[in-house]
Amino acid sequence: MPSPTQGPERVPITGDDDVVRVRQLVRAYAQRMKLSLVDQTKLVTAASELARNTLVYGGGGFALVEEVHDGPRPGVRASFHDDGPGIADLDLALADGWSSGQGLGLGLSGARRLVDKFDLDTEVGRGTVVTVVKWKR
Amino acid sequence: MTADVEHGQALTELLRANADTVVEKWVAEVAAVLRGRATRQELARDFRELYDVVLPLVGTDGRDLAGADFAEIRALLEEYSRARVRAGFTPSETASSVFSLKRTVFDLAENDEDPQLFRQLMTFSGLLDALGLWTFESYARAREEIIREQAEQLLELTTPVVKLWEGVLAVPLVGTLDSERTQIVMEKLLEALVETGSEHAIIDITGVLAVDTQVAQHLLKTVVAARLMGAECIVSGIRPQIAQTIVALGIEFGDIVTKASLADALRHALRREGVHVVRRPAGEDV
Repeated sequence: MPSPTQGPERVPITGDDDVVRVRQLVRAYAQRMKLSLVDQTKLVTAASELARNTLVYGGGGFALVEEVHDGPRPGVRASFHDDGPGIADLDLALADGWSSGQGLGLGLSGARRLVDKFDLDTEVGRGTVVTVVKWKR
Repeated sequence: MTADVEHGQALTELLRANADTVVEKWVAEVAAVLRGRATRQELARDFRELYDVVLPLVGTDGRDLAGADFAEIRALLEEYSRARVRAGFTPSETASSVFSLKRTVFDLAENDEDPQLFRQLMTFSGLLDALGLWTFESYARAREEIIREQAEQLLELTTPVVKLWEGVLAVPLVGTLDSERTQIVMEKLLEALVETGSEHAIIDITGVLAVDTQVAQHLLKTVVAARLMGAECIVSGIRPQIAQTIVALGIEFGDIVTKASLADALRHALRREGVHVVRRPAGEDV
């Protein structure tokens, strides 16, 4: 059972600047947990995608970033919360190249490929919570 | 207003009669706090001006600070705060200049037993509180303005378009690419392509920490726009971790030329321009 030690730290996501702030916080955690440069970049990129989704599709929300430990193995967990419209068709939302907005349609599906653990909790009208974890290899 | 002035008449008389002493003391007190960062002459000039504008307001309590009667003092304090921000004073140092006047005036009226004067002093104290807070707010506004200006300047600074060779331009991108910055980069690059008649542009992303789908989309759009103008874009400086991330994200760069380093990109562009760079054997002169 992973037990959090440092964090969670909360960052509100209400504008483009906040996406950058989330990215910087996630990077700081990834560096502290000594993730490899590739894994750091992957996690930061995933966080960037998800934070922007929270902003653009969820109408804003907040992110929580924390350390996690699975036995001796450390990792970073980040979750993205919004009270937006929710996702009606999950399969479609997770398909490559499909976007309800103006993007490339790779954000959500790409973010899933960039992390070790990806949980999506959504309900139409209630909002969306996406939680990702990246473990140190 | 007229009634108010009558209310404050005793105090107004007192302040007018002792104007020089009050301003002098006020300057001395603030000068001690600022410890030489503003000369007495400067303070004396500023405070004299403030004093003359405050004097007709004695008898009002400043609750109506937004009103027309206060326009002059508001403007004056705003200017004063702005100058203080630029000179690097703290908000407390700036606002305390106003609050110091209160102590000076209280000292002046200390030995007076007139209860009416006391009431006028209370009102005057309220006025100075309001003016002090206004100074504080002006200070905060001026500082925000400076921050915004700097952010804009930085935006301009961090996106230079440089000419590497005849017909070869480069844009080194550093830091975070958001929509606004990318827009500026794109415009500058396209303008520079026209101005210089260049056919090659290198977009170097060595300094970009992460390439997510939004950044990629902006890059792709820039490349397509340049292509429409007859120029070829090369994206360089793709580091290993960025390359792996782009692959995992599933972003397709299509037929866009990408290179690991700026040097590779320059060599590619020069070759396309018909320029051959040859290393001359040692000892051979031109």
